[in-house]
Amino acid sequence: MNSFSYSRPDDVNAAVGEISEQTQAKFIAGGTNLLDLMKENVEHPQHLVDINHLPLGFIDELPEGGLRLGALVTNADTAYHELVQKNYPLLSMAILAGASPQLRNMATNGGNLFQRTRCYYFYDTATACNKREPGSGCGALTGYNRIHAILGTASSGNTPQCIATHPSDMCVALRALDAVVRVSGPNGDRTIPIADFHRLPGDEPERDNTIEPGELVTAIDLPAEHFNTHYTYLKLRDRASYAFALVSVAVALRLDEGGQIAEARIALGGVAHKPWRNPAAEALLTGKAADTTLFRQVAEQLLDGAQGYGNNTFKIELAKRAIVRALDMAYAGSTQAGDAYKQEDIL
Amino acid sequence: MSNYIGKPLSRVDGVAKVTGKAKYAAEFDAPDLTYGYVVSSTITKGRITHIETSEALSLPGVLSVITHENRPKIAWLDMSYKDQDAPPGSPFRPLRDNKISYSGQPIALVVAETFELARYAASLIRVDYREAPHETNLDTNLHRARKPKSGLASLLKPPPPKPRGNFDEVYAASPAKVEGRYSHSPEHHNPMEMFASTVVYEKDGKLTIYDKTQGAQNSQLYVTQAFNMSFSDVRVISPFVGGAFGSGLRPQYQLFLAVMAARELKRSVRVTLTRQQMFTFGHRPATIQNIALGADSNGKINAIYHDAVGETSQFEDYTEIVPTWSPMIYPAENVTLDYKIVPLDVFTPLDMRAPGGVTGVPAIETAIDEMAYELGIDPLELRLINYSDRNMAEDKPFSSKELRECFRQGAERFGWAKRNPKPGSMRDGHNLIGWGMSTGMWEANQMPARAEAVLTVNGKLRVTSATADIGTGTYTIMTQIAADTLGMPMEDVLFKLGDSDMPLAPIEGGSWTAATVGSAVKVVCEELGRKLFKLAQKIPGSPLAKAKWDDVEFVDKHIRLKQNPAAAVSLQQAVDQNGGAAVWQKSTSLPAMMKQKNYSRAAHSAVFVEVMVDEDLGTIRVTRAVSAIAGGKILNPKTARSQIIGGMVWGISKALEEESVMDHTIGRFMNHSLAEYHVPVNADIHDLDVIFVEEHDDIVNPLGVKGLGEIGIVGMPAAIANAVFHATGKRIRELPITLDKIL
Repeated sequence: MNSFSYSRPDDVNAAVGEISEQTQAKFIAGGTNLLDLMKENVEHPQHLVDINHLPLGFIDELPEGGLRLGALVTNADTAYHELVQKNYPLLSMAILAGASPQLRNMATNGGNLFQRTRCYYFYDTATACNKREPGSGCGALTGYNRIHAILGTASSGNTPQCIATHPSDMCVALRALDAVVRVSGPNGDRTIPIADFHRLPGDEPERDNTIEPGELVTAIDLPAEHFNTHYTYLKLRDRASYAFALVSVAVALRLDEGGQIAEARIALGGVAHKPWRNPAAEALLTGKAADTTLFRQVAEQLLDGAQGYGNNTFKIELAKRAIVRALDMAYAGSTQAGDAYKQEDIL
Repeated sequence: MSNYIGKPLSRVDGVAKVTGKAKYAAEFDAPDLTYGYVVSSTITKGRITHIETSEALSLPGVLSVITHENRPKIAWLDMSYKDQDAPPGSPFRPLRDNKISYSGQPIALVVAETFELARYAASLIRVDYREAPHETNLDTNLHRARKPKSGLASLLKPPPPKPRGNFDEVYAASPAKVEGRYSHSPEHHNPMEMFASTVVYEKDGKLTIYDKTQGAQNSQLYVTQAFNMSFSDVRVISPFVGGAFGSGLRPQYQLFLAVMAARELKRSVRVTLTRQQMFTFGHRPATIQNIALGADSNGKINAIYHDAVGETSQFEDYTEIVPTWSPMIYPAENVTLDYKIVPLDVFTPLDMRAPGGVTGVPAIETAIDEMAYELGIDPLELRLINYSDRNMAEDKPFSSKELRECFRQGAERFGWAKRNPKPGSMRDGHNLIGWGMSTGMWEANQMPARAEAVLTVNGKLRVTSATADIGTGTYTIMTQIAADTLGMPMEDVLFKLGDSDMPLAPIEGGSWTAATVGSAVKVVCEELGRKLFKLAQKIPGSPLAKAKWDDVEFVDKHIRLKQNPAAAVSLQQAVDQNGGAAVWQKSTSLPAMMKQKNYSRAAHSAVFVEVMVDEDLGTIRVTRAVSAIAGGKILNPKTARSQIIGGMVWGISKALEEESVMDHTIGRFMNHSLAEYHVPVNADIHDLDVIFVEEHDDIVNPLGVKGLGEIGIVGMPAAIANAVFHATGKRIRELPITLDKIL
């Protein structure tokens, strides 16, 4: 870990001002990922702006029925917040499927959006990684890629530049819920739909997201639609807890009075550089009742164009099966009960 | 008298451990301590052509960067680097020259005033290499398999016995046959405590070294030889070890580097490896095995073929006992075994809990399950048909073997009789339920050891031996043995270990510590008792004056006549008779070779496991497991149960989760962190049940103990693999069984 300077401003404008003045400066909140990466010599910021004293620790109801999650609320406090549990249980479930209680107590909502990939090669400075060191190559492509992406890896050349995945569970639920990220920056405030917040690697795998230099995430808005009756977050991994997803599926369904699906949202984690959705696949469900064959069609469409790289090829079929199962559970309103990963295992 | 032995007592060191008073190697302080950080090679094979340290050295507070170019002179002969667990070959020498032999090899040590500075400075070192092609893949190098060299290690790990009978002929004629190829990935030691050495540089150049080790005297031997120092100038202390499981049987490179730096700088140095660097030394070797079994239609196994090929480094021939377990368990008349190794560009493999045992036994025990299905005989019944009271690898009777009772009690507790043998016949929703079983086995060895016992002038007993406690409960059981032998309360007994100044004890491994050091503690306390008895007899008017040794017993801090408990002398009175001095005894315990040599000595287990496998998603949970253990006398059922539970958890890990994955393109283990190298978390562990079966054995050692360090893990992997087959009908012969193998 390199030496760095450090400041701890008290308001958002000062924080944004400080970060804009410095080159190679980073915000730090919970530090659960950044400190790790600094110890591994992957990140070496020269200046850290500690934002823990900014007034961003709120969870507020929005006038039109949504909820605003302050960037500095911890993942734990968010997951266990009364309104989140009642209105957005999908989000609560996804957060609690990730990390460990200790990490969730430190990690913040804003920080969760900026989690970097768990790609082995990204973390190991002895190896090639276009994300860590643009132009150095992608070790995972020809190496060990069990946890890597199967969707959205295309670049302008013949071979992908990067097959890393986004590791967050929370962001998969946010994607299903159509959350909106609020940022403040040198040019004022703006909002970014979660769908546009994270990006695919393309030819710039070093960029995880679309945030501009100097911008700070201040809050995440959840729209009024709750999806609190027919939802699930199904996470599949190599052990029952404390592991990143091989594949995860967030499903949110709105049923009409006749029990048919009025609206479906399906977001996938562990399969791409960003939480993955496919509106065309979701639309197949509109106006339909539960039907395994249909669910499988939806899964096939969601995985359309999926590409395996050896160790991770199994994820394509796994993701399809997980989608079918998650749709089944969400439709039945049984969340994850009866599944190999019971609620109590996750909690 | 036995007040403590056999009682489920809590650990004597438990409070110290949970309150942080128990100090580990990296927690000992020294005046002006400096910190070393290891720089690791980024290539797998080749030469360092240039190593640029100037930028690191320019940082204020960086004291030195030691590389192969500027290192002090070290011992020349290979022999000087041979520790007590060194396999045949040429031991790895850190910073020897510019040659790179494996990925992650230590190539420099940065020493600085703080740890953080040393770590940062290490990141500034630039290294140029000339790379050479490497071979790290066992699978694609099987054609290079060869017999291992023999050496001292062959005494404890002999090659398989010569063929017996005629396998080919009998197998060909067998009405029932199974054949399979079994393999597992490499695994790395990941105890909580990383390897660390704090080397305290004393005024006169003597070294006091706090080292993470399973043998303080082994580390001492290594340092004295490698640095040409005298034994009196090197003291190694290791009172607590945060898990080791075999990794501490050899000194690891941080010890060498810390000693070198301390001597060079004439200052105290601490070197702690990172979690990532825990993947840069010994590991459980990847091993590929082939088994063929032939049986008659009644289930009698008449023909066994079992071969194994394990990986080793280019510089040492690490070996394990792998195929030999088959005839140790099953008494076939026609047996052909083979064991070979393939040298690869990796570090020398290293003993890891039940080395070889949890490799060979799961393979044969999976093959037996396959044979049970081939024959349509219940897997437990098939094992009973082929039960043997003789170890046919040595053709000797077992000194004791209550495995039949393990089968009976384990099966009853588990409810095995209710099993429907048909795969996929039980389910709960989407979960397929499977029941599987396995035999487990591990040798019960005893080594020579010494111990010292002192009864102080105020009547307290202190017993010492230079063994280690890696969390197994050594402190506790030794205290129990000493207290019972001299009829004292445990509060008055202090057992100390982990110091090279203490009486000689072997490295702590092989499940032999309870037998080895326990026997030494018993002997030294008995001999101290004889001295105390003689003193007691000298007391004027002693009621024991005319008594013989066999007439007395030690009870309640007194020596008394067995026939007349009122005729007693207190231990305090006895020591008071010693002219104001403590009473002191040092003794040696040797295995009773003449008694032992005609027998095969081993612990056994029967393991029953239930798994739930999601029929669509392939996720596997071990929902229930019962281990019935025949491990001789159980000194402390509480610490014993913890040992077995620990082994069972690791068995789940080995069967379902644990593997070090090598990227063969670059020759590097890639999942080198605990986020990606999976071991079980609480949510993976459900109902684990342990049964200790009564087993009397007065041949193994005077205590009748067999050791429990390894037996808990051995039977688990096959029981789980067999349960997965019962659930799904899929026979997975490659461990770990991850969900992608089920899909």
